[in-house]
Parts: sequence; C-alpha cells; structure tokens
Amino acid sequence: MKSTFKNPVLIKELKLRFRSFKSFAGILFYLLVLSVFVFGFIFISTNFTGNGFINPEQSVLLFGMLTYVQLALILFITPGLTAGAISTEREKQTLNILLTSSQSSFQIIFGKMSSSIIFLLLLLIAGLPLYSLVFLFGGISPGQLLIIFAFLIVTMLAIASIGVMFSTLIRKTILSMISTYGAMLFLTGITAFFFVIGISTMGNSSLPNHDPAPFSHFWAMINPIALMLTLITPEMSDSLFEITKIHFPVWAGYLIFYMAITIICLLISVKKLRVNMRKKK
Amino acid sequence: MIKIKGLTKKYGSFYALHGLDLTIKEGIVFGFVGANGAGKSTTFSILSTLLQPTDGEAYINGISVTQNPEEVRKLIGYMPDFFGVYDQLKAEEYLDFFGSSYGIPAEQREKLIPQLLELVNLSHKRYEYVDVLSRGMKQRLCLARTLIHDPKVLILDEPASGLDPRARVEMRDILKQLKEMGKTILISSHILPELAEMCDEIGVIDSGKLIAHGSVAEIQAQIMGEKFISVKYQAGYDMNLAKQFFEENPFVSSIEVIDQKIKFRFNGSDEEQMKLLRKMVEMDLPILSFAEDEKDLEDVFMAITEEVEKI
Repeated sequence: MKSTFKNPVLIKELKLRFRSFKSFAGILFYLLVLSVFVFGFIFISTNFTGNGFINPEQSVLLFGMLTYVQLALILFITPGLTAGAISTEREKQTLNILLTSSQSSFQIIFGKMSSSIIFLLLLLIAGLPLYSLVFLFGGISPGQLLIIFAFLIVTMLAIASIGVMFSTLIRKTILSMISTYGAMLFLTGITAFFFVIGISTMGNSSLPNHDPAPFSHFWAMINPIALMLTLITPEMSDSLFEITKIHFPVWAGYLIFYMAITIICLLISVKKLRVNMRKKK
Repeated sequence: MIKIKGLTKKYGSFYALHGLDLTIKEGIVFGFVGANGAGKSTTFSILSTLLQPTDGEAYINGISVTQNPEEVRKLIGYMPDFFGVYDQLKAEEYLDFFGSSYGIPAEQREKLIPQLLELVNLSHKRYEYVDVLSRGMKQRLCLARTLIHDPKVLILDEPASGLDPRARVEMRDILKQLKEMGKTILISSHILPELAEMCDEIGVIDSGKLIAHGSVAEIQAQIMGEKFISVKYQAGYDMNLAKQFFEENPFVSSIEVIDQKIKFRFNGSDEEQMKLLRKMVEMDLPILSFAEDEKDLEDVFMAITEEVEKI
C-alpha cells in the first residue's frame, strides 16, 4: 500500500491534475448537476411550498434517481479522464522519455489509472452529502447505499481500464476517446437492445414453462442500468428470473464480468505499453 | 561499451537500418552524422529499448538491448530529438519525478537536483514552471534529466537542433564537461562540423548503412585522393563555355558555377591536374585564379554520401 502512494507517475499525475483549473471546474459541474436533481425533486415533491413532506416511497424514488444521475455522470466522465492517459503523453512527446526510465509498464499504467480513479472517487465523495439527503426521509438503508457505491466503483474501474487500454493501443487521443465512449455505449445501450431482442424472439415469456434464455439473462447481467434497477428494487431480480428462467444473481454476473474486463484491459495495456524487445527465435 | 552487430530495421520493404555494425569504446564521445532519415534516430531508438530491431543485436556494457532491456535502461540516459515536458511541473519537480522513476531515494534526490541544475546552468530556474523556460533551457533541463541516475551512456539525439547560436555553445560546453566526467556519449546531428569539435570518433550513416567510421582526421583522409578546385574567371566570360570545358575532363565531377567562379571535384593525379592547368593556359582563357580548396567537413560529408549514392 505504501509503495502504491510512492508511485512516481501517480504522484506526478495528482500534482498535474490538481494544479489544473479544469479539475475544480469538473467537481463544481458534477455537484451542480447532482444539486439540480436533488433540490428539483424536493421542490417538486413539496409543490414548491416548503411545507410539504416526502414519504419513504418518494425517498426511494429520489434515491433511484440520484443513483442513475451518478451512474450517468460516471459513465460520461470516466472515458474523458482515462482515454487520453497514455495517448496524451505520446502526443506531448513525453512518453518515450517515460518509457526509458526504470519504471515498469505496470507501474506506469497503474499510476495513470489510479490517478483518474482517485479523482473520480473524490467526485463520488464530494457528492455524498447530497446523496445522504435521502436518509432524512427514510426508506433507504446505509447498507443499500454502500452496495450501490461499491458497484459504481466496479463500473468506474472497468470503464477506466477500457479507456487506458484504448489510450495505449490507439495513438490519437480523440480516436481513443471515441472508442471508449463506443464501448461504454455498448455496455449501456446495445446490451439493453440485445436483451429486448432476445426477449421478443422468445415467444410468449408469460407462459410458466417456456425455455430458459441464457443470452437475454447475460445481456441484462452486464448492463449497468439493469444492475442498478435490481439493486434499488430487488423485486426486479425476481421478475428477470421469471422471464429468463436463469437463477443467477445479476450482481454476481455483473461483478465477474466487470472485474474480468478490468483485469484483461489492464493486462493488455501493460503488455502493449512498451515494444517487445525480445525477438522471436 | 557499445557493440552493434548487423542491426537491421525494416518497415515493409524499406530498410531504415541495414546491417549496421559498430563498436564504441568506453568514455568517448561518438558523433553519429547523417542526413534526415539516414537511420540515426532508428539506431538510437533501438539502443534506448524503444524499438525492436528486425534483425541483429546491440549490447551496452555487454548487456543485450533485446534480451535484457530493463537492465539496459539503468545504464542509459536518453534524450530524444523531439520531446515534451510537463508544463505544470516546476524544474525541480520535473527532475524529482524522474529521479523517483529511477528509484533514487528522496534524500538523495534532494542533494542531487541542485547539483544537476547547476551543471546545466539552471539553478536560478529551480522553482520556475517548465512552461516558462526557453527552448534552450528546456533542452538543458532534459539533459539534466538524462543524468539523474548517473548513467554510463548518454544517447542524445540532435540535442542542439532548433537552438540559437548562444544556446548551442552552452550545450556544447555542458557536453564537454560530461565528457570530462567520463561518460560515453552518443550524439547525433545532420551537421557534421557541429559534432567535429567535441567528438573523438564519428560515424557517417546513409540509407541505414554505416559508410565511414573513425576520427574526423581519419575520415578526411579516406577521401584525400579527391580535391576541390576553384577557378575564377574574368568578368564577362561566358561561364557556359567554362562549364563545358570542365565537363569534357574525365577527372572532373560535381561542377558548380557561382557567378564568375567555377568549383569542381577533381579525382585525378597531380600530373592530370598539371595537364588541366596547362591546357587552360594554352587556350588563353581569361582566368584570374586556379586554386585547391581547403576541404571543410561539409565537403567531406557530401563526398562520402555522394560516393555511396553512386554505388
């Protein structure tokens, strides 16, 4: 752990990031967006009187809405922070110097990715006071909040590692960014589309003895929107089991898939950062 | 110290390097000279473990660049021809970052950084952000960065390119100091005179092949058989006729007409030269002077590369 915080790239990246006005503008924008939703919801629920009240059902709705806003922000901000991690160094002609230093490829990739993750975590933590407003109105347990946060971090890690991987493989930042947003779009939109297609080609899924639909279940499992839905309203998991006839928890599938993405993307990044000097015999 | 054996780098059917063989002794300053695209940067990139050779092998201090790149990186300090700096870091932080990248402990870095900044005459810029430094200062800072881990070999790819004359002189002075410190320095340039002053040995590279290697004096001697002669004519004489006269001589090549002066390469013997002069006198040509030029290093470089092109 101590050596993690001694990572020269991480320290340098944090210095550079927090000396940039853009970072503070980013935090401000993030909190403003969250505030608009939270206070907008509260004002609408209380009919702009200030005398109204929010019942626990509405609190769950606020919690759900905030979770999706948070997820959307993470899905959009993470590629922007990570898809230029290596390619920007290449474009600024600082990468070759870095690669001739004694740092291992893993140290460089880890330093780059962790600096982005730390910034994203700061965003999440900065948004916590707004998030905590839901506890004022009841209906949500701290455990539920922690689980949601844990899965937001899992999602963040996977998207960040995809960004770093494209940044390592693709020379230009703009192309790397497009590819990372493309991957993010696939995970959120295309998987949902495949799920719908899978369900609609199954025939009548309301019949009790229809065939299992493993592919539809898989597409639902790796979709962050579907995951959050099952975490906020656990009954949704039961509904999904009824449709697909696959009794495998969505959160478990999601965790395995996104951890695998993270590990694979990081391994590719580490492997491809430097040229393989060893010639094939 | 550095041994290169049959080093080849191929891109499709194009050879950026073609069987380069070279040995560089420890503690010398070796100048690598060649036109743009001759293969200098490719060689340096391979030696710096940034590029995989298609064939051949290179060793630094007996360690294979391809088999043990991690160990080679500890031995070298590399300065690329084009490089960027982290603008939002201060000069001191820039060196500190690379010092920690080489695993130098913080206490040691604290002592080392002022010394390095002094070596490159940047002590007064220690707490300045890198983006406010001039190009020459950035070059010197990058040079200090290459020295942070006290490498045995410095690989400097065109370190003086884009610098004004004053910055070039400063850079040359620093390199002289480094030579005195016993570093083995590989330095490239496409301008031979720039290197001649400070290099113990020079290698001329063209189209990926080493075409001459030795001290500046040795390389000059390699083409001593050739002479450059200038003939000055009286004003008003038709220089086309003068050119035609020399074109007919089999020992004359590379004819160049500048106003009333004609300059050419002569590769005949002294007798042939006397014969040529006698013929000109017999023809009563309006000649003001006929003289052998002192060969400068540019001529040496041009002569060597021209010979290779003919082959």
